[in-house]
Amino acid sequence: MTLLTVLIPIALFLGLLGLGAFIWSLNSGQYEDLDGAAARILEDDED
Amino acid sequence: MTCCGGNIAADGAAGVSASADFSRAEELLHAGRERDDGTVEYVFSAPDIHCGACISSIERAIGPMHGIAYVRVNLSLRRVTVHLDPAVTGPVEVSGALAALGFPARPVDLGDLDELERKRRDSELLKSLAVAGFASANIMLLSVSVWSGAEGATRDLFHLISALIAIPAVFYAGRVFFRSAWGALRNGRVNMDVPISLAISLATGMSLFEALTGGDKTYFEAATMLLFFLLIGRYLDQRMRERVRTAVVQLSRLSAKGANVLTGDGEMRYLPLDEIEPGMTVRVFAGERLPVDGTVENGLSDVDRSLVTGESLPVTAEAGTALEAGAMNLTGVLDIEVTNTADKSFLAEVRAMMEAAENGRGAYVRAADRAARLYAPFVHSLAAIAFVAWMVITGGDWHTSLYIAIALLIITCPCALGLAVPVVHVIGATRLFENGILMKDGAALERLAEADEAVFDKTGTLTTGTPTVIGCAIERPSDIAIARALAASSGHPASRALLTHLDAGATARGTDIAEHPGLGVEGGFSGGLARLGRMAWVAEIAEPSAVQDPSGGLAFATKGGSLHAIKLGEHVRDGAAAAIDALHNAGLGTRIVSGDAAAQVAGLADRLGVTEWHADQSPADKIARIEALRAEGKKVLFVGDGINDAPALAAGHVSMAPASGSDVGRTAADFVFTRDSLEAVTAARGIALRAQALVKQNFGLAFAYNVIAVPIAMAGMVTPLVAAIAMSASSIVVVLNSMRLTRGDPAPAASRPARSALAVGTGSMEAAE
Repeated sequence: MTLLTVLIPIALFLGLLGLGAFIWSLNSGQYEDLDGAAARILEDDED
Repeated sequence: MTCCGGNIAADGAAGVSASADFSRAEELLHAGRERDDGTVEYVFSAPDIHCGACISSIERAIGPMHGIAYVRVNLSLRRVTVHLDPAVTGPVEVSGALAALGFPARPVDLGDLDELERKRRDSELLKSLAVAGFASANIMLLSVSVWSGAEGATRDLFHLISALIAIPAVFYAGRVFFRSAWGALRNGRVNMDVPISLAISLATGMSLFEALTGGDKTYFEAATMLLFFLLIGRYLDQRMRERVRTAVVQLSRLSAKGANVLTGDGEMRYLPLDEIEPGMTVRVFAGERLPVDGTVENGLSDVDRSLVTGESLPVTAEAGTALEAGAMNLTGVLDIEVTNTADKSFLAEVRAMMEAAENGRGAYVRAADRAARLYAPFVHSLAAIAFVAWMVITGGDWHTSLYIAIALLIITCPCALGLAVPVVHVIGATRLFENGILMKDGAALERLAEADEAVFDKTGTLTTGTPTVIGCAIERPSDIAIARALAASSGHPASRALLTHLDAGATARGTDIAEHPGLGVEGGFSGGLARLGRMAWVAEIAEPSAVQDPSGGLAFATKGGSLHAIKLGEHVRDGAAAAIDALHNAGLGTRIVSGDAAAQVAGLADRLGVTEWHADQSPADKIARIEALRAEGKKVLFVGDGINDAPALAAGHVSMAPASGSDVGRTAADFVFTRDSLEAVTAARGIALRAQALVKQNFGLAFAYNVIAVPIAMAGMVTPLVAAIAMSASSIVVVLNSMRLTRGDPAPAASRPARSALAVGTGSMEAAE
């Protein structure tokens, strides 16, 4: 039982972390151009 | 329009010569949006962007240009976003640079797209989906522990934690459904979201009560899982519409938003459309469309009115000819006296008719909502019966009775029904997309399956709108060589048709080849003067004894030679005969309703085996025909392309337009087909019929599920575990059944080489608006 008081907050925290990361990536426009993102990783940045 | 470009960098256009490029440059300047940091944002649509290499070549070429603050390519949408300093450079330079790189681009009007609003709603659904997913996963973990035997204080704690997660999640992720249900109820209707909202809110409310009072069963996981599944359906549906909208926007050309006005002292100024008033004189160059209605004041040209009136052959415009907005000026420069302001022009009139006609279609109720109208009262009265029955059985134990009634509502919540339709529509849209057909809305698929009468426009729909030579009397190789030379020097559709017809043989070399607008082409050859053009004009140089065809038409002659008549006809669209035969065999009535002359319509109707046809139809006549058919109880599929077809496209039960049609026609139609063949109509109908069959099967499956679930629930044997398993199982079965639409016989049009729907809009499309 005492273990649960530690584990449940940890589980929820990790879940919320994932949710937050997703919403952050959505708001920062990372899903705007999925095809472009796939292609850009192959580009050599010369500068 | 709402663009805020104003006169940004107006002096940037000063260097552009007074030609057709002039108005294009002016258009570009109006498409921008000023940003907070003083730069101006332009979005260009460049349909030729197709790979990662395009991204880097564009960004590396545009980025270092003087005055460019930011450039980014979006590969998915095939767009280039540029922020530039208006004091240093302008959109014309960027557009020029893009064209030089091999990516012809045109600006997207940011105001028109109302993109911001759309994006906001898109990510709202996605965020709701993420929140519902998070909540249902975490609550499910806690619930599994409860189902595995957690007891006492542990169970109560788990229930309370579940409540803490579920309540905000339901409020946040359920907004879409609550809003829609409330909207329907306020208008005295019932839609699918009403039973959904009721079940979700009752499940949450009851579970909260149980959690607070230490009860042993909560349904938080059922409520959040339900939301999660339903939001998947919603999101897919929205993505589908989004993709089609993008494709349709890419097809549309930048509409004329202004015109070159001649001022008193002979200067030419570009004015936006809403500042143009009757009495002004507008100059329209060859290759441009008329921005407003007007009467020709000066000039001679051939005008293609096929998109406006459905007339298949170009007409001669001279001083005094009245022309409508949207007609294409083919050969000469015309000065036109404006007779109507843009908001009273022919096009605006058509728009008003379109809006009026669309109201009729608003009465259509989607299959899912029709099902909900039967389903909701049925389930709700079952819940009431269960409550009363258990009150009697338990002798007034309201807690147990209410619990059982609510459990019944939860387990019968139309989760499967909510997915049954959108999943089929999304897969149907994908199948249509593969066949080069864009579907605007899922309900259109339902309406297409119901259609029992097909009405076609002629020009541009059954025919391709470009004339073709059906009879040509030129036989001597030397004459053919001269005719080829004359035809090659003109952009007139008739000349192009002749050139295609005389595709073999040499081309003579002539001198002083000149095009006389409204008359034809003339040139000097080794054999003397030769003319190709209107019969009477050509006859002037032909041998005096030459007999003219009284009906006029096209002819060719060398000086003193015989007069060769050239007969023009229309090119029947590929697959037109096959499509009409297939519709006939499927038991649909077919008819042609055209704005063209009776002789042309009769000839085509005869060739295609259509017995019912009507010629010389105005847009209002077309609507009247459709209304009459509707009054007979027919469900009309209307296929048309022109501006004059737009009201009929809106009035039909369901409508299709070719991508080559007018902007306003494409906007009005439910389906837009991007390939040349008219077999798209039968292909779309085939997919619609299969989709409808699958939707019916899905309703059947959902019904069968309820036949089993309802007795269990009424017997009071539903536990949260049973509800969770039953609901997810029914959803999975329905989705799997819908997936069957991806397989099976390919539609006929699928055998044609696939052309990207997005690539079509590159430049060959002509559109008016």
